[in-house]
Amino acid sequence: MDNRLADNLVRALPIVVVGHVDHGKSTLIGRVLHDTGSLPDGKVEQLRAVSQKRGLEFEWSFLLDALQIERDQGITVDITQTWFRTALRRYVVIDAPGHTEFLKNMVTGAAKADAALLVVDAAQGVTEQTRRHTYLLHLLGIGQVAVVVNKMDAVGYDHGQFWSVAEDITGYLTELGIVPTAIVPISAKQGDNISTRSAAMGWYQGPTVLEVLDGFAPKPTASEQSLRLPVQDLYRTEEKRVVVGRIESGRLRVGDTIRILPGGRSVRVAAIETWNRDTPQIAAAAGESVALRLDEEVFIERGSMITSGDTPMYEGQKLRARVFWLGREPLAEGQRLKLRLATAEHEVVVDAVERVIDVADFGHRSAAQVERNGVAEVVFRSRSTIVADSFANLPTTGRGVLAVDGRVSGGFIVDSVEPLAGRSSNTTQVAASVTVDERALVNGHRGGVIWLTGLSGAGKSTIAMAAQRRLFEAGRQVVVLDGDNLRHGLNGDLGFTPEDRKENVRRAAEVARLFADAGSLVFVSLISPYVADREGARQIAGGRFLEVFVRADVATCQARDPKGLYAKAATGEIKQFTGVSADYERPAAPDLVLDTDALTVEGSTDRLLAAIEATFVTRAATATRTAA
Amino acid sequence: MQDLDWLEAQSIYILREAKSRIERLAMLWSLGKDSNVMIWLAKKAFLGQVPFPVMHLDTGLEFPETYAFRDRYAKEWGLNMIADDCPPIEATDPTLPPNSRIAARKTLGLAEALKKYELQGIIAGIRRDEQATRAKERYFSPRGLDGAWDFRDQPPEFWDQYHFDLPPGAHLRIHPLLHWTEVDIWRYIRREKIPVVPLYFAREGKRFRSLGEIGITFPIVSEAANIDEIIVELEHTREPERAGRAMDHDSEDAFERLRVAGYM
Repeated sequence: MDNRLADNLVRALPIVVVGHVDHGKSTLIGRVLHDTGSLPDGKVEQLRAVSQKRGLEFEWSFLLDALQIERDQGITVDITQTWFRTALRRYVVIDAPGHTEFLKNMVTGAAKADAALLVVDAAQGVTEQTRRHTYLLHLLGIGQVAVVVNKMDAVGYDHGQFWSVAEDITGYLTELGIVPTAIVPISAKQGDNISTRSAAMGWYQGPTVLEVLDGFAPKPTASEQSLRLPVQDLYRTEEKRVVVGRIESGRLRVGDTIRILPGGRSVRVAAIETWNRDTPQIAAAAGESVALRLDEEVFIERGSMITSGDTPMYEGQKLRARVFWLGREPLAEGQRLKLRLATAEHEVVVDAVERVIDVADFGHRSAAQVERNGVAEVVFRSRSTIVADSFANLPTTGRGVLAVDGRVSGGFIVDSVEPLAGRSSNTTQVAASVTVDERALVNGHRGGVIWLTGLSGAGKSTIAMAAQRRLFEAGRQVVVLDGDNLRHGLNGDLGFTPEDRKENVRRAAEVARLFADAGSLVFVSLISPYVADREGARQIAGGRFLEVFVRADVATCQARDPKGLYAKAATGEIKQFTGVSADYERPAAPDLVLDTDALTVEGSTDRLLAAIEATFVTRAATATRTAA
Repeated sequence: MQDLDWLEAQSIYILREAKSRIERLAMLWSLGKDSNVMIWLAKKAFLGQVPFPVMHLDTGLEFPETYAFRDRYAKEWGLNMIADDCPPIEATDPTLPPNSRIAARKTLGLAEALKKYELQGIIAGIRRDEQATRAKERYFSPRGLDGAWDFRDQPPEFWDQYHFDLPPGAHLRIHPLLHWTEVDIWRYIRREKIPVVPLYFAREGKRFRSLGEIGITFPIVSEAANIDEIIVELEHTREPERAGRAMDHDSEDAFERLRVAGYM
């Protein structure tokens, strides 16, 4: 069989054609497709008819400008991709619009490319839009650029005119640190120097456009760089939990120890899960979408970053970046928006627009806002911890987008990330007038969170209430946060989807932590069905955490059904009911198990109090309180 | 990384993004080769189970072989299939060319399904190389309240960061196969041994290259009776893939009009 048709081909090389509107980008692509024999039969005739209908000479650009508005107005509105092949390899060529209004579309196209052809009109020369496109190529990290000086036929194939344009654009590219791989004088319309050398320009000895294309190198693979695997999602089945995402750089093998950021916990890769494979997958590298099973159930969520830990990443709340802004309204200091980096999403505030960059002459000026299509250096402040690389080090995890209402409105490349000054000291300052130790000394016990998890009807609230009574009577500082009660107030806006349950748990954990900070023993009685959510609660509580699994068979719970909920779930009146129509993930290693199928309320309470005694109490009870 | 692996990994990434960010999703199953590949990719992405309904917009005009294929693989692949009937041709825009009106029934069927199942995301197996207006699409393409495609003002989409704005009543189209070509699809079907409707293979000198409704889809002259032969044929053909689709050729803008109104 023809080896061009084999299963194991290299990727078609993606190239983008950029430049000022009307300098002939779409025409150039049309000509390349024609000269490489890539057009279907009848296409040229069809284009001739379409051109004539609009009273035009033959228009190559109609090949790609398929929309009616594009043909009627003679401009490219949105990007197009098309495929062709030279003797050497396959290409995907991306046609980007040159019109300022469609810069967002140009970015959309150019960001996919490994190399760029920059088209400049021989008569008009380098314009502001030529510079803006070139600057964006630089920001997008596309360093492989060739220039074509088009419409040479319109300037009588004049050598001097070519050199003046070539010098101008080379000067600009050099400022950006880009050395053009070639500068080719062409006429896309007449076919000069596209696939064959032009007879009209004997003074030009360099490569044709097709030779320039064949000279581009594919972007090198990122497999040899440090491991970066941004977590996309978690899939839970009855027997396992898998972490999915795409490896952006580096590689991993089953058995490797990986680190999860932020936080830096280490776990091992137990398996790479697949479907419909003959042999188990034991390793994966950059570019692959994978599903990992880990050897421990640690806290991990969408937005977490898996690394090998060999090279550090930035972790902090203050991100300094170069931004290109595509939003309808300007980007202003003080503005709130979403910053997305790999799979993480952060609420950020524009801390400062440090300087706006003039792409024409690289001049800087200070301004409080960035206009549409502008480029600037901006500092963002986040509440959550941003994990990133610098763009210069590892591009795919050193860049991201800014979103307003879910709409992508700009891009950024990371210069640096640093911790917000004073962030960590704030909490200690507030607590400083009365320390945790002082409270423990007075109370005879430390504050802590006793987390009761289990099915509805397992006995969580009953046990919590009984334990609270006995601790109160023993003079302890104690409080119960009951899941149902919280849902009447603090969590009244939440439903029962996995996301809402997660938020329900998070809020309960945050409130519990405040009580624990104040010295109380806090019972949280909450179904909290997911391992990851409970692990999150443990982290929020900061080590003063006792996970108690209140266990009972579903049948027992159904029989007890103290709130009549199982009956409603059985009829479908309640949806997503844990144990019936939603999953409950049993704790793998809880601090205490209370089996209420076997134990009485009193028996369970005794065991729970013993565990609390051992974990939090520093002095035996002295006071005895009874209710009035 | 070789090209089929790259194509696959990119599609899996998109499917997982859709699942992670959009609550009420469904996948369109036209029963053609592309949507079979899409289901296959979903099974890979979600480790064997397609975690959302798979929807066949049924005009009642599919070929018998196509219906047989649907019923067999809906079961074999464990799909949660929705196959509601599309509204009749009388309900479509009467100013559309006649062949387009048959296709427009699917647009109406889709609009009904969006409402009925309160869907926020529709996964469709279109590709950029099929048709020039599809070449301008995004992976995540927002649709307005009337299902319309605002091609004049598409959101930017780069660095695998997608548009997730979902105002009430609007929906997103997700196109996980956008970057594949026709021959890529066949090479992948061959590598993965994915079943397809037998009408794609030549019988008595003819085969279907693109599969649609009876009456507006016509076979091409071909001797390609197996996948290897189809791949060789595609490498040498100078005919467009959708040449046998009458709805594309009613007028210059026939397909654009269909797509703007909400067709896939």
